[in-house]
Amino acid sequence: MRLERRDVVPREALVLAPLTAVAVTLAVCALLVAWAGAPVGRTYALLFEGAFGSRFALTETLTRATPLMFTGMATAVAFRARFFNIGAEGQLYLGALAAVAVGGLHDGSGFDLPVPLHFALMILAGMAAGGALVLGPALLKIRLGVDEVVTTLLLNFIVLLLVSLMLDGPMKDPGAMGWPQSVGLKPELEFTRLIDKSRVHSGLLVAIGLAALTWAVQRFTIWGFEWRSVGTSPSAARFIGIPVNSVVLRAALISGAFAGLAGVSEVAGRAGYLTLDMSPGYGYAGIVIAMLAALNPLGVVLASIFIAGMLVGADGMTREVPVPSYIADVIVAVALISMLVATMLTRYRIRRG
Amino acid sequence: MTDIADNLMAASFWIAVLRIATPLILGTLGVLLCERAGVLNLGIEGIMSAGAFVGWFAVWQGAGLWGGVLAAALAGAVFGLLHGWLTVSLGLSQHVCGLGITLLATSLSYYAYRVYFTKVSSPPTIEPFSGLGAPFDAVPIVGEWLASLTPLTVLALALVPAIGWLLYRTPAGLALRMVGENPAAAQSAGVSVVATRIGAIVAGSALMGIAGAFLTLAAFNAFFFNMVNGRGWICVALVVFASWRPGKALLGALLFAGFDAMQLRLQQGAGSEIPYQLWLMLPYALSILALVLMARRVAYPQALMKPYRKGER
Amino acid sequence: MTMGEPALRLTGISKRFGALLANDDISLELGRGEVLALLGENGAGKSTLVSILFGDYRPDAGSVEAFGRRLEPGDPAAALAAGIGMVHQHFTLADNLDVLDNVLIGTEPWWRPMSRRTAARSRLLELAARFGLQVDPSARVGDLSIGEKQRVEILKALYREARILILDEPTAVLAPQESIQLFATLRSFVEAGLSIIFISHKLGEVLSVSDRIAVLRQGRLEAVLPTHQADAPTLSMLMVGRSIERPVRPAPMQPAAGQAAIPALSVDRVDVREGARQLLRSASLSVNPGEIVAIAGIAGNGQQALADLVCGLRSPDAGTVRVEGKALGADPIEWIRAGVGRIPEDRQHLGVIAAASIAENAVAEHYREPPYARGGWRIDRAAIDQAATRIVADYDVRCRDIGQATSQLSGGNIQKLLLGRVLSRHPRLIIADQPTWGLDVGAIAWIHARLMSAAAQGAAVLLISEELDEIFALADRIAVISHGQLSGALPVSHWTIQSLGLAMTGSLKHQQAASDAT
Repeated sequence: MRLERRDVVPREALVLAPLTAVAVTLAVCALLVAWAGAPVGRTYALLFEGAFGSRFALTETLTRATPLMFTGMATAVAFRARFFNIGAEGQLYLGALAAVAVGGLHDGSGFDLPVPLHFALMILAGMAAGGALVLGPALLKIRLGVDEVVTTLLLNFIVLLLVSLMLDGPMKDPGAMGWPQSVGLKPELEFTRLIDKSRVHSGLLVAIGLAALTWAVQRFTIWGFEWRSVGTSPSAARFIGIPVNSVVLRAALISGAFAGLAGVSEVAGRAGYLTLDMSPGYGYAGIVIAMLAALNPLGVVLASIFIAGMLVGADGMTREVPVPSYIADVIVAVALISMLVATMLTRYRIRRG
Repeated sequence: MTDIADNLMAASFWIAVLRIATPLILGTLGVLLCERAGVLNLGIEGIMSAGAFVGWFAVWQGAGLWGGVLAAALAGAVFGLLHGWLTVSLGLSQHVCGLGITLLATSLSYYAYRVYFTKVSSPPTIEPFSGLGAPFDAVPIVGEWLASLTPLTVLALALVPAIGWLLYRTPAGLALRMVGENPAAAQSAGVSVVATRIGAIVAGSALMGIAGAFLTLAAFNAFFFNMVNGRGWICVALVVFASWRPGKALLGALLFAGFDAMQLRLQQGAGSEIPYQLWLMLPYALSILALVLMARRVAYPQALMKPYRKGER
Repeated sequence: MTMGEPALRLTGISKRFGALLANDDISLELGRGEVLALLGENGAGKSTLVSILFGDYRPDAGSVEAFGRRLEPGDPAAALAAGIGMVHQHFTLADNLDVLDNVLIGTEPWWRPMSRRTAARSRLLELAARFGLQVDPSARVGDLSIGEKQRVEILKALYREARILILDEPTAVLAPQESIQLFATLRSFVEAGLSIIFISHKLGEVLSVSDRIAVLRQGRLEAVLPTHQADAPTLSMLMVGRSIERPVRPAPMQPAAGQAAIPALSVDRVDVREGARQLLRSASLSVNPGEIVAIAGIAGNGQQALADLVCGLRSPDAGTVRVEGKALGADPIEWIRAGVGRIPEDRQHLGVIAAASIAENAVAEHYREPPYARGGWRIDRAAIDQAATRIVADYDVRCRDIGQATSQLSGGNIQKLLLGRVLSRHPRLIIADQPTWGLDVGAIAWIHARLMSAAAQGAAVLLISEELDEIFALADRIAVISHGQLSGALPVSHWTIQSLGLAMTGSLKHQQAASDAT
């Protein structure tokens, strides 16, 4: 078997690839569902229904999709410059921590500011925290060539422990009866609810807005051009005078900031306070989302809704059929791998010999 | 300071060190085999989960402890084969595929576990490996420690020189090293780069599976979620620290386990002033430090992470 | 297998890479105990031919027989088993492993539990002593000198009991004394029963070492003659071709009266080092407006370092590089702003951003300036598309539409795009590094015409090339680069094809005094 580069990438292939990936995913997971002894058709129907089939389902999906959009964008932005930021999870938590520090500690009274300013400060703090966390690994990569995958990954564990430390001590909510959660944010600082009697909050709008902005920057500005060039052809980028190291650093910092925003969004939008189990792996899911979306910010929005739908739908489905909710994670993993293979097949054809 | 000295004298300390080190030794050796052949395998975290589950499950179904180990190795090998196909045959990004496999292996393990054990309040247990016991406990000074070692630990320790032998004294090991340094040279010498790389990944992943099985078959006796808890990533860092040499990998794993065991004990002793989380952070921080220290000085296998396409101009 | 069978018989070998016909119906024989020299310019097809022999490539047509038995194409293991050993031009050695490892690889069955290293080591040392190729089996290959590495390459083949030895440009990296030693060694191989194919540019060596000479030109076998019937002038002619049409160049533009002639480019005694290697040694050169100065030389003699210097990718370790009098260093933006048009050798990885559209690459060097960027940040697609459409039309870039990815273009069209990007800005200095490498005759002629007309309009052109045809067609003055040293750039009338070929190949011993004729 040999791989041969295609001369022309057929337009149809670009649409066919994700569709094939989805089809393969559903087929493979059908096997798993059958193994669990459940009727495949009904299971998928329940999954879909639980994801999008009712007002409640839709709003839940959108709520869950919000942090995924942020982490998905964080990953996409970094990967585009060939900086593999796997630390979105930690950056998310650090951003949340910063949000609570600015907006919740001392009942927010440490900062005697008008609410809009305070709000802005909180958001900036979250972004700065995320960016600061990724700064170390970024510099290590640029200066010393240390692989950023492992450094950003290990930092995730450190940050989680830091959060645990904070929740045990300085940020502990005295009124929570021993439960490890942080003090709550000043209520005025929380994101507004978008839809009554649901958990959808304005963080969703921020995410979508940011996705649109990122897409616009990538498409219409010279920074977007620099970004793409550095990620795909670093030598040629240098040849035409693009400051490669600066571009990578910029991408890394923006990535961290977006992930930090995910944390702010979860605290200020969904929960109102910080807990250790706030993120069931949103940071890692961001990687899958970025790959599914082929690093396109608008695609990230769609992919986030898809994955959130799977997660929410699985929760509902698992109550009716004996299929564990982890099927959602399997679906996501298989979708990722199928998408990778499908995309590659659009660029190469397989030859014998 | 006296606390530290006391701990170093206690047999229980060294027993803990070996217990913590065993999965690290096995996992690091697994990563070492893959990377020496030129392929980064970030699937280790997931493969260890899969190994932990499959090994434990096989024992639960009555396969016997070594049957469980074998099953875990097989599970690792299967995921390794997938990774090899994606990265070597198809030439996809090694970073992304590895992460995808971690996700797949982990989620499949959790799924399978839940299919069989739907609503359990506490995880079901098995009878794990026990220490070597008599007659080893009769040995002076180290007797107690020696007797506490489980067969998997002995296996891990034995694998260190074995893999060293493989790499440096056998034709297979030479081929493995060559495809990681200069695949074109290997191909011109009649060695199949694809076959060698995939073989190395499968073997390495089998070791990773066994590393995971140690957690459920020796260290503990049940399967929990989040059991692996970053050990896989630590192995990836340890390989760099070890400059891709088996002997140094053992050293790195022991050093790391030493720090980890020490902080557990110090925490319980005087450590009540220092929050326990800071102690727990130490292993991860040390791993990062190890990477930074070795950054400029390491001799990477020259073809690491470069996909090889035969006959392409 | 009869005694009369030749060691190798090639029949009708053809190989095409995209549009390029690298080997065109080549039939050739290598007799037993013979030294056959394969002669030709870069790109003539020699390396492709031996790569096919060795199994790195499959031929599109034709067959190879070794000692009367058909050789399985595309399989290095089969070639090795048939007794074909190759000493590659770019060594197939792993720097991090030792000499013994590099020799042993692939020689033992993979399932053997222990390598027989001691026996292998003695056998290696024995071979080394027998043929006078001293090596230390425990030495790390990365620490060896180039000459020593080559000895390891040779020993690899001998260790595997090669009966046919192919050496690809073996003296390209050797000093004269080492070359002489190599020839003695080759003679001893022949006495030991080997048959040899020797690829080279160097006419003097080919004449002294070989029994027969096969000359390749543009993929075809031009001639095969016994060495005693050949001489340097004949071979030069065969290599380069009989008719070199030198199109008439309009007289170069004279500088305006009273204006001091500041050279467009001035390279002054530069040194470039990399680790322990000296890539360029006290190299000096100047190019004036309206003239084309060509640097002739075989690949690997320092052209890469020189090109990096004059493209702004590297700073010299000693000496200065000036554009119109101003010293510039390793900052591509400075060079772009100075109006230098750079056409790099590696068009795929340096010249264009593969994933970007044709339109984007057409204006890539000026992406941050108006009219392509408004306000310093907003991309003006309309302006880019307009400029790109003009460039694509004017420079005959064949493509479906300017929005498609540049990676989909053929090599020739990428080169035309690069030329368009550079020439449409009317640069005062043009650096053209192997501008027609790998292109067909039509594209080559077209590119030459463009470069000449740019010079006629007053641009200074520095041409780095390995093609003698091209150099003679374009240059006003020619300098030769050899082992990191530049000869003086003499007017083209001072050179003949033979003398240039000889200087490139190092046969001409005298070094011209570095006098820049103005």
